[in-house]
Amino acid sequence: MIVEGKLSARVAEIELLNPTLKRFRFVPEGGGTFPTSPPGAHVLVTLRDTDRVWQNAYSLVTPPDQRDHYAIIVRRVVESRGGSHFLHDMLKAGDAVELGVPASLFPIASRARKHILISGGIGVTPFLSYLPVLALRGANYELHQFCAGDEVETFRDLLGTDAAGVHVHSAGLGARPDLAALLADQPLGTHVYTCGPEGLMDAVEETARGLGWTPHAIHRESFGGAKGGEPFVVTLARSGRSIEVGASQTLLEALEGAGIEAPCLCRGGACGVCLLPVVEGLPDHRDHVLSDAEKSEGRLIATCVSRARSETLVLDF
Amino acid sequence: MGIHFKTDETFRDDFSYRNSDAAVLRFPFPFGEDTYRYSVNIEPHVKAGPSPAFEHAFDVDEHYVAECRERAIVLDHDPKRCQVLPHMMPAQWDTLELLMESLSTDYPEHFSLTRDGTAWHWINRPLNLDQRFVFGDASTLPCEPFEYITRQAQGDFTLQDQRDNNLYVDGGMVTTQADWSLEFDIGMSFHEWHGPVPLAHEIGVFDRALQYLLRLQYGHPVRRLNWTMTINPRLDTSPENYPDWGPDRTTLTAENIAGKLHLRVELQTLFRLPRSNAILFGIRCYLISLQDIERVKKWHKRLHRVLATLPPELVEYKGLIRFYDLLVSRLAAMDDGTPLSLGIQPDQTQLPA
Repeated sequence: MIVEGKLSARVAEIELLNPTLKRFRFVPEGGGTFPTSPPGAHVLVTLRDTDRVWQNAYSLVTPPDQRDHYAIIVRRVVESRGGSHFLHDMLKAGDAVELGVPASLFPIASRARKHILISGGIGVTPFLSYLPVLALRGANYELHQFCAGDEVETFRDLLGTDAAGVHVHSAGLGARPDLAALLADQPLGTHVYTCGPEGLMDAVEETARGLGWTPHAIHRESFGGAKGGEPFVVTLARSGRSIEVGASQTLLEALEGAGIEAPCLCRGGACGVCLLPVVEGLPDHRDHVLSDAEKSEGRLIATCVSRARSETLVLDF
Repeated sequence: MGIHFKTDETFRDDFSYRNSDAAVLRFPFPFGEDTYRYSVNIEPHVKAGPSPAFEHAFDVDEHYVAECRERAIVLDHDPKRCQVLPHMMPAQWDTLELLMESLSTDYPEHFSLTRDGTAWHWINRPLNLDQRFVFGDASTLPCEPFEYITRQAQGDFTLQDQRDNNLYVDGGMVTTQADWSLEFDIGMSFHEWHGPVPLAHEIGVFDRALQYLLRLQYGHPVRRLNWTMTINPRLDTSPENYPDWGPDRTTLTAENIAGKLHLRVELQTLFRLPRSNAILFGIRCYLISLQDIERVKKWHKRLHRVLATLPPELVEYKGLIRFYDLLVSRLAAMDDGTPLSLGIQPDQTQLPA
């Protein structure tokens, strides 16, 4: 499959799943089919308002063989950078959207003998595309979804109330998931995958490591963790242009806002496509691509998530 | 208008393989500059480029039918030329889907795929095949899906599984190889199977190539050209059959070199596969005789300059030592030293007789 450019699509249907969750179904513009999507894939959704453009990454909740449509589930975030607000409040059935090719940064491990999926809240979305695949392969798996008590019904409906191996846990205030109980005494060859709030993913990773799991058997979804910080100024050495990066936007968004076509793919510090060489300044690395050694050298920066510790940053671009 | 297939040609015994003039002019000549060195020469595999060989996801040319027959002969003698490890079954189906979709989209006059859910119907007109099967159910095909579809494609294929930040060659269909063995390499990691290559390790080529390929994205395949030389238009130059072709190198003379010596070019493509997250590596082999290269003035002169400046380690690794002096002196006689255009395009649209 060679895909050049973006996938043109239309909103076919918007369903309200609960007061803050909506499912959006997209169909190919002009009919036909979308590319087979990898399980656990996400798509970059480009949304255009009259005066600005949002690009947000969302996990596909549709399985690989669902090619007549793709679907995403989005929570309306109160302190949204704009994307979820636009999707929830502005987007209507019939609207045109552009989708990136589904990118696979959270694949199912080929040699796992057993799969344990641990998600929190809306972090369950990549596992919605895993489950039909694991079932079709006859794989041995367990899914543990942790969510607020008032969302248990919503997630049970999404996951299928009768599905074997699927457990929805109410994790209200003060009730911490007992991850050690889930991860202890698992057979050799078991892999764990986690997606959700950083705190949950950190806890899963720490618990698994503490129990002696090999790092290669621990997988975490990693896009969407970008957070703001102090404003700074980026200068592009080749053109001499200087651009201000605001407190609540990413370096990549600032470049795009200035009309600069900077490379990017996952927009979550995982794929490495956006790495640019640093000429001057101290990067504040927040990506998962560069090694610790590369981060301390400070010669490359992942523009989609990382920022500057210095007031200015000069890039060779 | 379809491709006119040369159905009778052979890659063994009487070696009746020949390129038409059109096939010569579309040959993916691998030298864009007057010198050749190892580099990470990987570019996006878009449907365009300086040779029509780049215009499709998988190039099909006049040798298609004959190459598929040659593959079947090799597999008859040695079934282990096709092996896939058990955990790669999703990658097998990915490969079948990718090849069937690409061939039927790019060459609708020769291939057709119709689908109703998991009920698929595949028609391969050049090979006269008509197959209905259930996608995902290997028992509905005559053999496993990877073998089934790669028997119907030109060039070799390997499947790389991605895990532990490395790539492992966990499957392949390898019958047109430049002296390497799937049976020997299967299960190896990226650096293990590239172990024999000289010079490139020292300059970090494989470290960087691995980092690049680990991030290879679905929908955005990449490609590169590789090359060596082969005596006679023989596709199966395998270590297993070395006694059959190794001695050929001693048979070259000033009189027969132009007809017997072939430049062997591999159009290598790398596709991220969706269900498995594996990488399909296509190694599409093209052969052109020295006498056909000499009909393209630019390629003749450039080949001379590349060979004359080739590092001795590469002369040895590519197996050129025995005939190197003979070849370079022959090419030198026709190279007047005029500057050549950058790039691999032939710079002529017709060939002398």
